[in-house]
This record gives sequence, structure tokens and C-alpha cells, in this order.
Amino acid sequence: MNSKPYVREVSKTTWFLSHPRYKRYMAREVTCIFIFAYTFLLIAALGALANGQEAFDAFVLGLGGPLGVLFNVVVLIATVYHSLSWFVVTPQAMPIQMGEEFVAGHIIVNAHYGAWAVVSLIILFWGM
Amino acid sequence: MSELQQRQIQLEVLRYNPETDTAPRYQTYSVPCLEEWVVLDALNYIKDHLDPTLSYRWSCHMAVCGSCGMMVNGEPKLACKAFIHEYKEGQIKVEPMANFPIERDLVTSVEDFITKLASVKPYLIPKEDKPVSAGEFKQTPAELKKFKQYTLCINCMLCYAACPQYALVPEFLGPAAISMAHRYNQDSRDGGRDQRQEVIASDEGVWECSFVGACSEVCPKHVDPAGALQQIKVASTIDWYKEHLMPWMKK
Ligand code: SF4
Ligand code: FES
Repeated sequence: MNSKPYVREVSKTTWFLSHPRYKRYMAREVTCIFIFAYTFLLIAALGALANGQEAFDAFVLGLGGPLGVLFNVVVLIATVYHSLSWFVVTPQAMPIQMGEEFVAGHIIVNAHYGAWAVVSLIILFWGM
Repeated sequence: MSELQQRQIQLEVLRYNPETDTAPRYQTYSVPCLEEWVVLDALNYIKDHLDPTLSYRWSCHMAVCGSCGMMVNGEPKLACKAFIHEYKEGQIKVEPMANFPIERDLVTSVEDFITKLASVKPYLIPKEDKPVSAGEFKQTPAELKKFKQYTLCINCMLCYAACPQYALVPEFLGPAAISMAHRYNQDSRDGGRDQRQEVIASDEGVWECSFVGACSEVCPKHVDPAGALQQIKVASTIDWYKEHLMPWMKK
């Protein structure tokens, strides 16, 4: 038989535009860039700290300005989105079997929310 | 929902004849569909009444054989499980499964998947040989539950049609083949994990997966292949740490 299967090409650059679930995936991946950027801010903070009290105070003062606040808000939103998008898939990656049955997925997800809240509260009060 | 409702649907079908066509083209058929029908019924209507040359695969008409996978309005679906009443518009687009070469019309070549599936040794490799006289391999309900979900795979390949990683890197072993390896790895009667690891814990194996999760969203049997792949990643990472940081703890 003179068979020549036809191969449909997939765009290497725009494939994710073809379906909402691919866009959602891209949103999860792209938001990690903001977390990456924030680590640079932390390194800069360490640098300022190493330069003494005065440099550090100036750095903190700068952060309180409009640009600093804007940056923090944007990073916070991106980080929350990124983290939540991972929380919801944790039951798939770490199923827990107790006896015969597997623990329901929403319990594992909620445990993550709980742990997140506890850690956040500790940091908040410890910092005060 | 008493009497059978009928609706005229325009079925836009991607067609390709390897003997005469250089590229696929769409052909539209107007089909009087009953609301209870599935897309496969509409295709059968076309084949019986409008155009006997239309080619597509099917067998069971009950989501068991896995042969009727296709794209329905851009979504990987079993044609026998895609109900007409779920498509409110008067038009439905039917195309062959994405990411697979088109053989003819809605028929795709599946050799790639068959080869990959065979490569993961999807069968029990007993820990030790045991004569029949020694009796059966026993398994508790809890042990069965560890892998039962993965036995439900019907090899329909919809997960491959949904996977952008497979689309971009055709060498990727893919969701169903790796999930099938996981099914046997999780089986208490099996001892073949080391043999399968070489294939599935490789670059073309689980590490090609970036957890888009599309496979699990489209799987008609709720196998959750994405979950299987992440679990293999976790287990393989633990292996790596044991081997490199705690060599004395050799599995
Ligand atoms: S894992 Fe699901 S989508 Fe993939 S081949 Fe098996 S049944 Fe089909
Ligand atoms: S015809 Fe068998 S799965 Fe659809």
C-alpha cells in the first residue's frame, strides 16, 4: 500500500495558546520567575546588611517606597498563585494510603493550607 | 426527556486520503442526530447513509476497547463517550487524535505507542520463580488498591493526544506507557522495578514530564497518569539520594 502518514506540525513557540489548560500550566511556570526575582532582592538585602546599619536602613526605606511596595505586591500575588497551583496537585504526587483506603485528596490539600497558615503566623509573630 | 429529540448537526470532519491528498482537508456532513447519540453514532450514520469512504476506528461502543479516540472540538475524546447533547452548538469538529500521524481520515498510526508500551515490560516479573505446586501469589485488598486504578487503562492514547510534551518531544515515553510500568512496580507480586527503571527513570522517561497534567484531565478511565509519573519521580529521587548519600543503604 502506498501509505504516507500525514504529520501535523506543532508550533514550538505558540503551542500553549491552543488550549486553556496549557495556558494555565504556563501561568504556573511563569509565576516562578517572580519568585526567582525576589531571591535577588533578598541577596541585595544581605549585601546592604553587610555594608552596615546605615546601608541597611536606607535599603529598607527604599523598599517602603512606591516601587518597592509595587514589586512586593506583584511578587506576592504571583507567589500565592504559584504555590496554590502546586498545592492542588499534591494528592497526585504524594498519595497516602492508610490501611486499605487512600486518604482523600482534599485532606492532603487542606493539610498544606493548614501548614502554610501555621508557618505564616509563626513568622509574623516571631518578626514582631 | 421523554421522546427522542432530534437535531441537525454539521459534522466538520478532517479527511485525508494518503493515495490522493497532499494535506488533510475538512468535509462537512449534515447529520440528523438524536440527543442520546454519541459522536460515534453520528460517524456511523455518515458511513451508512452519506459517505461510505469515511475511515475511523471503533469496536465496542462502550468505552472499553480504546480504539475510537479522536479530537472532538479540539478535545481528546472517545467518540463513543462524547454525547451529542453536550455540544449545544449545531456544529461539531471531529479530527484525528493530535500528536499522531494521520493514516487516513480519523485513523492514526499507533506504532510509536505500541513500541513504547512494550519497552516498559508491562507484565508481572515475579520476584522469584515458584512452582505451580507452591500455590498462588497472595495479595491483600490494600496491596491490590495500590495499583488497581492503573489497571483501568484501555490504551486509548488520549493522554498522548493531550500531552504537549509528547507533541514537542516525540521520544518521550509518555503518560500511558509509564503509568503501566508504575502499575506493575506497585504490584506486591512483582520484582521487575529495577529493569523498568532503566527505561522510565531516563531523560525520555519521567524526566521529560513537566507535570502539565493534561493527560489526567482527559483520561476517560480516571487512571491519573500524571500522578503515576510524579510518584515515579519522587521514588527515583529517593533512589538517587540513597545511592549517592547513603551508599551503605543500597536498596
Ligand atoms: S491512561 Fe487514560 S488516556 Fe491514557 S491510554 Fe490509558 S485510559 Fe487512555
Ligand atoms: S468504541 Fe471502544 S472505546 Fe469507543
